[in-house]
Amino acid sequence: MADEKLIRTENLVKIFPMGSSKVTALNRVTLSFQAGEFAGLVGPSGSGKTTFLNIVGTLDAPSSGSAFVLGRTVEGLSHREAAWLRNRSIGFIFQTFNLLPVYTAYENVEFPLLLLKTPAAQRRKMVMDALDWVGLADRARSRPAQLSGGESQRVAIARAMVKKPPLLLADEPTANLDAENSHHILQTMEKLNRQLATSFLFATHDEKVIGYLRRKITLVDGRVAGDENCRARGAEGTEPC
Amino acid sequence: MIRFLYLGLWRDRSRSLFPLLTVVFGVMLTVVMFTWIKGFEVGFLATSARLGSGHVSVMSRAYADERDQLPNDAALAGAAGIMERLRRDFPLFSWTPRIHFAGLLDVPDEKGETRAQGPAGGLAVDLFSPGSPEPAILDLEPALVRGALPRRAGEILLADEFAANLGIAPGASVTLIAGTMHGGMATANFTVAGTFRFGAPAMDRGMMIVDLADARTVLDMDDAAGEITGFFRAGFYDREQAETEAQRFNDLFAASQDPFAPRMETLIAMSGMSQMLGWMDAMLGIIVVVFLAAMFIVLWNTGLMGNIRRYGEIGVRLAMGETKGRVYRAMIAEAAVVGLAGSLIGTALGLALALYVQEHGLDFSAMMRNASMLMSTKLHTHVTGTAYFIGFVPGLAATVLGAATAGRAIYKRQTSRLLKELET
Ligand SMILES: Nc1ncnc2c1ncn2[C@@H]1O[C@H](COP(=O)(O)OP(=O)(O)O)[C@@H](O)[C@H]1O
Ligand SMILES: [Mg+2]
Repeated sequence: MADEKLIRTENLVKIFPMGSSKVTALNRVTLSFQAGEFAGLVGPSGSGKTTFLNIVGTLDAPSSGSAFVLGRTVEGLSHREAAWLRNRSIGFIFQTFNLLPVYTAYENVEFPLLLLKTPAAQRRKMVMDALDWVGLADRARSRPAQLSGGESQRVAIARAMVKKPPLLLADEPTANLDAENSHHILQTMEKLNRQLATSFLFATHDEKVIGYLRRKITLVDGRVAGDENCRARGAEGTEPC
Repeated sequence: MIRFLYLGLWRDRSRSLFPLLTVVFGVMLTVVMFTWIKGFEVGFLATSARLGSGHVSVMSRAYADERDQLPNDAALAGAAGIMERLRRDFPLFSWTPRIHFAGLLDVPDEKGETRAQGPAGGLAVDLFSPGSPEPAILDLEPALVRGALPRRAGEILLADEFAANLGIAPGASVTLIAGTMHGGMATANFTVAGTFRFGAPAMDRGMMIVDLADARTVLDMDDAAGEITGFFRAGFYDREQAETEAQRFNDLFAASQDPFAPRMETLIAMSGMSQMLGWMDAMLGIIVVVFLAAMFIVLWNTGLMGNIRRYGEIGVRLAMGETKGRVYRAMIAEAAVVGLAGSLIGTALGLALALYVQEHGLDFSAMMRNASMLMSTKLHTHVTGTAYFIGFVPGLAATVLGAATAGRAIYKRQTSRLLKELET
């Protein structure tokens, strides 16, 4: 089904079995996002933010309802098609950075390009560009253990954006960072959003992140409890989030 | 991507080192055990052939049926004629007559009274005829402990331990009391030329080696032989060929009803070795399977633990768009590299050890005092072609299988679940 929207969900439901009972992580969530958004799912722990991101990111399938992402129907994708979509078009940023510990920063950023079979010369340039973007070109040869938390998350951002995907999903990206590093990586992401038109969807309950959002969706117990556009930092107009 | 795989293995030693050591150790042990049992088998066959009845042996049917009793009254008559025929029609072997007999050895004092006495086993072989293969087959020189080899009729060799028990030294006179082929009693005097030790307990305890001509005279066995013994000219026992040749020989006499017609027996068929060799082969099979299973279980568990440790990595790789199949194959490829390296190193180490023991031997004489088999107490390994892959193939298979089994967890877990493990 063709769709102008970047992401659109309709009555999305996700139920997890929990022993003999069930947990409804998402309860009839209907949302849509345009290309170029800098939006966040906000809500207390357990409200379903990660679950929503996982379904949009094709890492999980909904129990019912449907999700359209980048022109594809998520619940109809085969395992391979889902991998292909993630590989080409979606970047992930996690709370715990999740760099592959045995590989250098350079190699971590290179990994998705290897999956895409990008030719070596082009790959080299793209990796160095991405590391430049996050200001870590000089740490290319460092292993994750030698990087600080902030540096690690910046490498993770480089890894997510090296293939220039239209969509970046960031799950609690600042939860393990101090304030200064949080602001630094948020500014990096904002710059990506502005200069490369990469759309961002966050899951967070961090006020620092919320301060950068241009749209805030509040989830409570798997339901959408609020959806407001707000003023970007330093911009004129509506209230800040 | 292969570079990534290699880097991962190289930098994350816990991913490679422990499985590698497991494989090296298991494969090495398998190779050593295999060559050890093969060496045991080969040594056992060689000693049995050399000091017993050759690789094949022709005897009368009546003799063959009661071989344990050394029934020389059923010995082959007209040995020379049979020998000639064997040499002509069965040239794969070198043929030589032997007589196995039993008797009593009596050591007289100056007055001719018995000073010491003991039961003796006798092996009569052709020591002196020109062209006799026996000196080369028996290779007596290295076995000589005291004295010299017999040089003329009337001289014998005695087991060193036996001579010591009788209290005699080379040069002593002994009297053999034995039964003749025709049921009479015979006595004959011999001079002990020297004493021997073969390292085969059954031989070393109470045997004497006598020249064939002497034995024929004493036992009244002119032109007779208990057995006509054949040794592969190639030097080693070929089980299949021995059986084929024996069959070919026995077919010639198939129509005969004569209980004294000749029959060819093979080394393995004689003295029930076939059961023992079958048992050894079964043991080998069991050893390989047990090692394979043990290695598989260890590697499977290592793989499982490695996977738990690597859930995060796997989750991230899936999130980056790698398919589960690809991640799974990468893990198997990793295991294959480890298995290949470990199996190579293990096989090399195992073979090196086995070749060393094959050359130099390990002396087990202290442990084998009471053995009654014709078997050397010096143990040698024997490296056959099979030794090159008996450990290698299971080593590689166990590693790959272990990883393949452990890796199935990737499929069982939801991708989102793999990532969930990472949240704090
Ligand atoms: N794989 C899962 N199995 C069972 N329950 C789950 C699973 N993932 C999430 N949940 C449950 O679903 C609810 C929403 O979880 P989640 O989406 O992770 O919330 P958030 O990210 O907002 O903290 C929680 O109650 C959580 O325990
Ligand atoms: Mg969450």
